[in-house]
Amino acid sequence: MAAFFSPFISKPDTVAQIMFRVMLALLPGIALYVWYFGPAILVSIALASITALATEAAMLKLRDRPVAPFLKDNSALLTGWLLALSIPPLAPWWLIVVGTAFCIVVAKHLYGGLGNNPFNPAMIGFAVLIVSFPVPMTHWLTPHGLGQIELSFLEQLRYIFIGSLPPGVTLDAITMATPLDTLKTHLHLDEPVKQIFDMPIYGRLAGQGSEMVSWGFLAGGLYLIAARIISWHIPVAYLGALFATAGLFHLADPAHYVTPLFHWFSGAAMLGAFFILTDPVTGPTTNKGKLIFAAGAGLLTYLIRAFGGFPDGTAFATLLMNICVPLIVLYTQPKVFGKKSGGER
Amino acid sequence: MLSALLVMSIIAIALGAVLGYSAIKFRVEGNPLADKIDAILPQTQCGQCGYPGCRPYADAIANGEADINLCPPGGEEGIKKLADLLGVEFKPFGSGAEPKPKAVAFIDENTCIGCTLCLQACPVDAIVGAAKQMHTIIASECTGCELCLPPCPVDCISMESIGENLENWKWRYPVYALQPANTVGRESA
Amino acid sequence: MRTLYKFHGGVHPPGNKTPSTQQPISAAPLPAKLIVPFRQHAGEAAKPVVQVGDHVLKGQLIGEPVGFVSSAVHAPTSGTITVIDMQPVAHPSGLPDLCATLIPDGKDEWFLREASDYRTLPAEELRHRLRMAGIVGLGGAVFPSDIKLRPLRNHPNKEIGTLILNGAECEPWITCDDMLMRERAAGIVQGAEMLRSMLEAKEVLIGIEDNKPEAIAAMHRAVADGGLPFEVVTVPTVYPGGGAKQLIRVLTGLEVPSGKLPTDIGVQCFNVATVYSAWRAIAHGEPLVSRVVTVTGNVRRPGNYEALIGTPLSELIALGEPLPDTDSHIMGGPMMGMPLPSTSVPLVKASNCIIAAAKKLFPAPPPALPCIRCTRCAQVCPAELQPMDLFWFAQSKNFGQAQAFSLFDCIECGACSYVCPSHIPLVQYFRFAKSEIRMREQDKLAADRARERHEYREFRIEREKREKAERLAAKEKAAQAAKPVEPPAVAINPDATPETTAQMKIQAAIEHAKEQAAAIKPKNTENLSAEQLAEIAEIEARRARMREMAKSDVEPPKE
Ligand code: SF4
Ligand code: SF4
Ligand code: SF4
Ligand code: SF4
Repeated sequence: MAAFFSPFISKPDTVAQIMFRVMLALLPGIALYVWYFGPAILVSIALASITALATEAAMLKLRDRPVAPFLKDNSALLTGWLLALSIPPLAPWWLIVVGTAFCIVVAKHLYGGLGNNPFNPAMIGFAVLIVSFPVPMTHWLTPHGLGQIELSFLEQLRYIFIGSLPPGVTLDAITMATPLDTLKTHLHLDEPVKQIFDMPIYGRLAGQGSEMVSWGFLAGGLYLIAARIISWHIPVAYLGALFATAGLFHLADPAHYVTPLFHWFSGAAMLGAFFILTDPVTGPTTNKGKLIFAAGAGLLTYLIRAFGGFPDGTAFATLLMNICVPLIVLYTQPKVFGKKSGGER
Repeated sequence: MLSALLVMSIIAIALGAVLGYSAIKFRVEGNPLADKIDAILPQTQCGQCGYPGCRPYADAIANGEADINLCPPGGEEGIKKLADLLGVEFKPFGSGAEPKPKAVAFIDENTCIGCTLCLQACPVDAIVGAAKQMHTIIASECTGCELCLPPCPVDCISMESIGENLENWKWRYPVYALQPANTVGRESA
Repeated sequence: MRTLYKFHGGVHPPGNKTPSTQQPISAAPLPAKLIVPFRQHAGEAAKPVVQVGDHVLKGQLIGEPVGFVSSAVHAPTSGTITVIDMQPVAHPSGLPDLCATLIPDGKDEWFLREASDYRTLPAEELRHRLRMAGIVGLGGAVFPSDIKLRPLRNHPNKEIGTLILNGAECEPWITCDDMLMRERAAGIVQGAEMLRSMLEAKEVLIGIEDNKPEAIAAMHRAVADGGLPFEVVTVPTVYPGGGAKQLIRVLTGLEVPSGKLPTDIGVQCFNVATVYSAWRAIAHGEPLVSRVVTVTGNVRRPGNYEALIGTPLSELIALGEPLPDTDSHIMGGPMMGMPLPSTSVPLVKASNCIIAAAKKLFPAPPPALPCIRCTRCAQVCPAELQPMDLFWFAQSKNFGQAQAFSLFDCIECGACSYVCPSHIPLVQYFRFAKSEIRMREQDKLAADRARERHEYREFRIEREKREKAERLAAKEKAAQAAKPVEPPAVAINPDATPETTAQMKIQAAIEHAKEQAAAIKPKNTENLSAEQLAEIAEIEARRARMREMAKSDVEPPKE
């Protein structure tokens, strides 16, 4: 009786369901990914899932927490998926395994497990990988129809697991840098934007194929907002800030700064806006705070992309803004019912 | 370089002046640490700590003469608060100094002879009466210190413990269902 | 059409109100035994004024109010008081409380009922009558109504002066107010006019949620029949729209400031059932001895019953014919109600609903997971709090921070727990933190008082010493001045020199314990509150009676 107190009813929502729905919303993007880049991504996702579940279970055991309810909450799976979607699919198997394990063990459980980690685990994993293994992290698959040679799925598997390519094929022949990376390299060579965009890897708005994947994530994200799983604040503020900064630079100097739409549909912008920055655990809890947090991340993303050393900025922007979350939340406490001047303290 | 140094020194001097001025202007009379300690002590004034009341004990702690685990009425929580305040380690009670459940003294009015001895012993003037008249304890003021028990020549004072009732009942800490049984046992051990 | 305002958040739990509105309110049969608690209202418990063995009539006073916030308790039927003792009552603690057990004689014979016209009585008298009729808020808070009925005109916001009738009944399952409005709308409306005149309110708004069309229609009719300028306002169904602060906000757009009462903004809010019983009390002279209660949940015949206060709940539940898989019972609604320790506890003024619970209706929540900061709780909190932060503080017992983040503005509505995907019992943490903080504040106050009294005592002893020394010195001087005349013996002055003569006095006292001394000033009465003085006076009076002596002067010597 002691544990049975009002309210005696509750909404059937569970953490597991929320996480599951978020994963569901990733599916359109993943489907387009497979369509344009081949099924290698599915291998990464599978590897990430297995690693995530295994390390999560092991950590729960070690920390003496009940395994079953936490394993079923899907949060580890989601972390694995997000990491898998942020790194090149044609990477050696150990890359994704090490990255996911790092996410779960260090970024999540060493900070106290579900609900207690200050940094987005998937982005920590990404940051560690890109700092530690920069070379494999730049070998992205070329979209269908662009590469000189295309590997069959079996050949891809062989590469992922034993690192052997078919005779005569070099890694460079089947992979490329991301459109963002390519843009940066060529801008450094003082080529005008127009000319760069004539390269075959660029599509209508941004990179061939990758822009379509972004559309997929956008669709999934809109579903999340419609289903009230995430609020509109973070995506709108993030994309808004990214658009605004990119737009300003583009207006000032169109020859050297690409259109804001290019930024929207490149790299992890869409994934970040709807799936990464919206991670509730590491984001702010107040609506105003969400706007500030996401706008900050949008600005940082642009700055890192345009002026930083890394090709994409979403991950580092997220982590940097994660640091500010407690402060943002403290200063954006909403007004309590019946109190005129904010949360008095 | 030189101007930077100059600016820094000016700032340092200015801040120093402000600090020095406020130290004089806002000087707190008395011993603020002892006041803070006294605010934590339960004010039962029972003397179980070995000092003639809470304030002397507070002074003794402030002067570093007494340990923080000597006040049974304050309970473990009192020790914790003192430990927090003073930045020292928590220390459990020594043997024999266990906190008792809260109680108030009660005078059997039929036996009381009106000797005024308990009245003089009570540290908080919670006993009302006059010579050769029956004495009564104001329950709301009694701290339960038991100092009135020994002086009574006819042993008419008893301590009545205040059990849990509807007025002092508290909501319990919710049981956290996810703690596996083995860790609960380990943590409380 | 009136502009309605919105309050933040709210949830839409399934209503489950239809089953219990299918039949009219019926009178519950007279039980074999009634248990009437003396604490049925907020504030001080009533003081028993009957003795075991007394025969009482229906509506006869058995407990009188003590103190400002208190109310009276009456015999619910005629019969004999057999026991006055501690009995289990409906309280989350499961602790017993003082109750009178009444065995009905079956005649249900009324005590003197004095029907009167409120227009002929001054408001002061009406308030007194309501207090003595035991009228308290029947929505669940059971706050004595008379206290809420002081005129709003004395208020700075006097131009508002709004009386609100709360017929929102936002909690799921409960339908007692709905049925009362459907069937007794006339009484409610007349009662409202009475309360309006007492409050001198300018307007009367009757707020009813839009899921009660019959009640709305009935109230409209009653208002029209009475020819009164009241406004029946349909408000949207959202939990907790029936919370006083929320309803006031919806109807007037005003926010009751944190820590203040509705009166402070010139608004007063009464539950419709309270208004009805206030009307019965004045117009028919019937004190509050029964109320309408919903019996629902896992029962075959859900419905509403007019039951006597003190009826054992088991008898009421039996009327609904509970299904065999019923395993526990809830008093109140599923959002804010409490589990019943047993069904033998009596019906009290606060009991608006009894729900027979079964696993299939109220499944146990899954084990709580950590908070994932999803902010669903904050989105629904009507007090616009950040429950996840409060939870964090309460869980870590960081009470200071919890208070700084407005813990005490939480109305314990349970909306946050309802939506939490981690199924954290948030409200329970808040209740825990609140009662812990309250207790600590009390302890702190007590400690401060003890310190003050201790310091005063030291000061007094010091002063007495000094005075004695001065007296001695003066005496010495006088003795030196007039040596031959002064008698050498020191007079025994029990007031000033207890120490010197203690031994002698004890001996004397033990021997002559019954000896009395008149006109001696008591000690330690210098630093007391009025209440304590009253207490002492009472004790002194008792002594006086016992010893058959005139009461000595208990006025404290003022400094
Ligand atoms: S032991 Fe008694 S006198 Fe000493 S500090 Fe505690 S309450 Fe005060
Ligand atoms: S009445 Fe007795 S127990 Fe109570 S405070 Fe005074 S001396 Fe202590
Ligand atoms: S609803 Fe529950 S999980 Fe979500 S923020 Fe509130 S307390 Fe945390
Ligand atoms: S119980 Fe308190 S914190 Fe939770 S929703 Fe209601 S008012 Fe807000």
